[in-house]
Amino acid sequence: MNLAPHLPALQVVVPLIAAPLTVLLRQRSVAFAVALVASWLALAISLLLWWQVANTGIISYAIGSWPAPWGIEYRIDRLNSFILVLVAGIAALVLPFSRASIESEVAAQQHYLFYTMFVLCLAGLLGIAITGDAFNIFVFLEVSSLSAYVLIALGRDRRALFAAYQYLLMGSIGATFLVIGIGLLYLMTGTLNLADMGQRLASVQGTRPVLAALAFITVGVSLKLALFPLHQWLPNAYTFAPSAVSAFLAATATKVAVYVLLRFYFTVFGESAVFARLPMQQMMLLLALAGMFAASTIAIFQTDLKRLFAYSSVAQIGYIILGLSFNSVSGLTASIVHLFNHGVTKGAIFMLLGCVALGVGGTSLTRVQGLGKRMPLASFGMVIGGLSLMGVPGTAGFISKWYLLLAALEQGQWWLVFMIALSSLLAAVYVWRFVEAAYLREPHQNTTNVAPTPWLMSVPTAILVLAIVYFGLDTSFTMGTASEAAAALIGGSR
Amino acid sequence: MLTPEQAILASMAVPLTGAILISLAGRLPNLREAITLVTAAVLLTVVSTLLPLVMAGGRPSLVLFSLLPGLDIAFAVEPLGMLFALIASGLWIVNSLYSIGYMRGNQEAHQTRFFVCFALALAATMGIAFSGNLLTLFIFYEVLTLSTYPLVTHHGTEKARDGGRVYLGLLLSTSTVLLLPALVFIWHVAGTTDFTVGGILADKLKPGELALLLGLCVFGIGKAALMPFHRWLPAAMVAPTPVSALLHAVAVVKAGVFSVVKVMVYVFGVDTLATAGASNWLVLVAGFTIIAASVVALTADNLKRRLAYSTISQLSYVTMAAALLAPLSLVGAVLHIAAHAVGKITLFFAAGAIYTAAHKTEVSQLDGIGRRMPWTLGAFAIAALSMIGLPPTAGFISKWYMVSGAMASQHWLAVTVIVLSTLLNAGYFLPIVYRAFFVAPPADGHDHPHGEAPLPMVIALTATAAGTVLLFFFPDVPLALARQLINP
Repeated sequence: MNLAPHLPALQVVVPLIAAPLTVLLRQRSVAFAVALVASWLALAISLLLWWQVANTGIISYAIGSWPAPWGIEYRIDRLNSFILVLVAGIAALVLPFSRASIESEVAAQQHYLFYTMFVLCLAGLLGIAITGDAFNIFVFLEVSSLSAYVLIALGRDRRALFAAYQYLLMGSIGATFLVIGIGLLYLMTGTLNLADMGQRLASVQGTRPVLAALAFITVGVSLKLALFPLHQWLPNAYTFAPSAVSAFLAATATKVAVYVLLRFYFTVFGESAVFARLPMQQMMLLLALAGMFAASTIAIFQTDLKRLFAYSSVAQIGYIILGLSFNSVSGLTASIVHLFNHGVTKGAIFMLLGCVALGVGGTSLTRVQGLGKRMPLASFGMVIGGLSLMGVPGTAGFISKWYLLLAALEQGQWWLVFMIALSSLLAAVYVWRFVEAAYLREPHQNTTNVAPTPWLMSVPTAILVLAIVYFGLDTSFTMGTASEAAAALIGGSR
Repeated sequence: MLTPEQAILASMAVPLTGAILISLAGRLPNLREAITLVTAAVLLTVVSTLLPLVMAGGRPSLVLFSLLPGLDIAFAVEPLGMLFALIASGLWIVNSLYSIGYMRGNQEAHQTRFFVCFALALAATMGIAFSGNLLTLFIFYEVLTLSTYPLVTHHGTEKARDGGRVYLGLLLSTSTVLLLPALVFIWHVAGTTDFTVGGILADKLKPGELALLLGLCVFGIGKAALMPFHRWLPAAMVAPTPVSALLHAVAVVKAGVFSVVKVMVYVFGVDTLATAGASNWLVLVAGFTIIAASVVALTADNLKRRLAYSTISQLSYVTMAAALLAPLSLVGAVLHIAAHAVGKITLFFAAGAIYTAAHKTEVSQLDGIGRRMPWTLGAFAIAALSMIGLPPTAGFISKWYMVSGAMASQHWLAVTVIVLSTLLNAGYFLPIVYRAFFVAPPADGHDHPHGEAPLPMVIALTATAAGTVLLFFFPDVPLALARQLINP
């Protein structure tokens, strides 16, 4: 049987089947093996899909051979093939990492459940990205969210439970808003297929239910992507979750939510409807700027590195939304490429923090004093990640910042150019809090020896750190895909 | 023999390889120091192979790879960069010799890290010197900032941390907030950032916009230490003296003024600037910096602090001379990059030698020290003459050209500034020489007997002092390169 035409379905089905398998097998090593195979297969499939889309254009796959718009369509274009690669790639690296990482962070009898939830979350995120069906997005969003709540709650710290609960509440509100929005759209168009919906909306554009749908979807998705000030759940969730979970969620969950927003704005509503009838542009711009500055400032005053970088994530999401608010090809390019670059960077940083937590028993700034001597490689990796957050040339972050500045300049918005530059200075301040602690302070008195980092953790982490530098120097993959995806979103979506 | 393209790459690869080898040889100090010296010597040789070609009018270039569509990491050798690379790599050898004496003499910690970062900084400097477009220059500029940060905070004390914060904070914020937007804007307007003879902005911007963009560039290049963004330089004086000597008298600060000149000549274009009158304001700001920094130097008792403010003042000579846009003053600017480098490194060498041998850091403690350290203070005196601009030292020649240029363009304000600051320079350097040689040493018994600093240090500072004099008698190479810059 030739599986090639069914790759879109397999992309989701492989991890989805792996999930119950891990429960049935129970034994944690076997569960790990199953999850690992599933995540690596998912990566291979996503790369194949990306390659196919790059060469032959959009892939449309009818689930169960029911043609769209009646059946569920999986529709893969430049944009979501890019997201699929990001999600599957991060998962393929975090999974081997998690094996050793959860050893000290999750109770042993729950390990197989960890893998179950991990692959389930992966299936959900991949599903959101791949599907061309509005209701299907909601379903997969719930799949990924519910498993994410469980993953966060697995953290040893009792506060993890509270963090998960907080995320559950906020996430459910977000999902509810999203489903209300989708319902309104269904009411007005009679279809759930995104592309179809986009076409039919043309005749009812500007009516009150459609505007309400836009509002509901914006708020709902903004909750999931942690747009300031709807980010409240994020710092706790990232701080108290097991390290592997923080790394995976920070690099993928919010990014997929951004994708959903892009998809609804540009494929379903169309940019003219979103930005012409409502002051969306100004609103998004303001929220993005507020997030960039407020969250970065809060980050500066954190004493725990996981929390510090969680706030940094909120700020970086501001950049992504800022690019979106320009409603221009270069702005969107900046958003999409930053979505990827920041995913890689934050994934690497949280994985490094996992190594640090294992090595010195915590991630507070006092714990990491003198880390430059005690864990030289991990510290150096953190510096590289930090430089990428600041947007220093030679790292992935520079590429995104370059395009963001260019996009702001195209708008003729000089003040925004300086705002972007200023906010990257705030990033420099919080990154330098780590650098000074790690390199310029002596280790704390009562710290014991450094626990060695198992190779299962160090190798995937190193790969991701190198990826930060790689994507800062060779931009053909990231920029090539992002600019084409942006052009397709703005130009050829209607 | 290397092809020119290979030589360009090697000029960065050699110090990088050196850095790796030094870190591997960390446990064997003698081997480690030998590697530093060999690397420096090889680097100078490599850079020198390019000189005949450039003197003959060759402009070797190479594109390393494409960062973004149309934006390449590219290198091109032109006269100005050639001169800068020669100065930096030549003085690195002397400085390495000196560093070895200094670091061992003062029993400094983390010596391996020190030498590794030094080699990295030199690699970045070569990248700046040979960069073929503004983007490449910007990247290596940032690398230079980051690689010198560990050197500034070398001692790891609270004071070093504070100094490091100011250093990094000012340099990073000026480059991100001012230079990067300028870079993006240039790319947006001109569609290229390549350094091109005659500039790339001709007929593209209104005079006001040109002046604004020039402001973003020259203030954005914080390493040029134009007021009010000069504070990082005194802050960086917490570093060990060899760092202050090579980096904060030569590599880093010269990278600053080098970039300023390069941007004005190859991005804006001298004619474009002159037609628009876009650099008139810069003459005023640089002139102010010259005078104000000299006045501060006059009041500083700490020797290194006085030297730092003198550097700020001398750097603005280069900026002001370039901003005058007269051919003669441009030659003066280029020559001054060379002249100030050898002179100021000598002064810092002397300050470090005094600290190592006598543990003295303040000017007021230096009474009679010239009798105990005649070589050191002799070299100091020669270099001081060069700072003031008196023959027979290199400073005279560069100042001569600058004054001629200012007079030729009838910029009497600039002439006044140069004359006034010459007096001020004399006012803060000559008293030191006087104290050292003609005031009797204090007889309060707190003094411990000492002679000259360790031999490598004395050799190094004598060599650079000799260089200051030699450059007066044989200014041919820098002069030829400077002339090529104005008559391409």
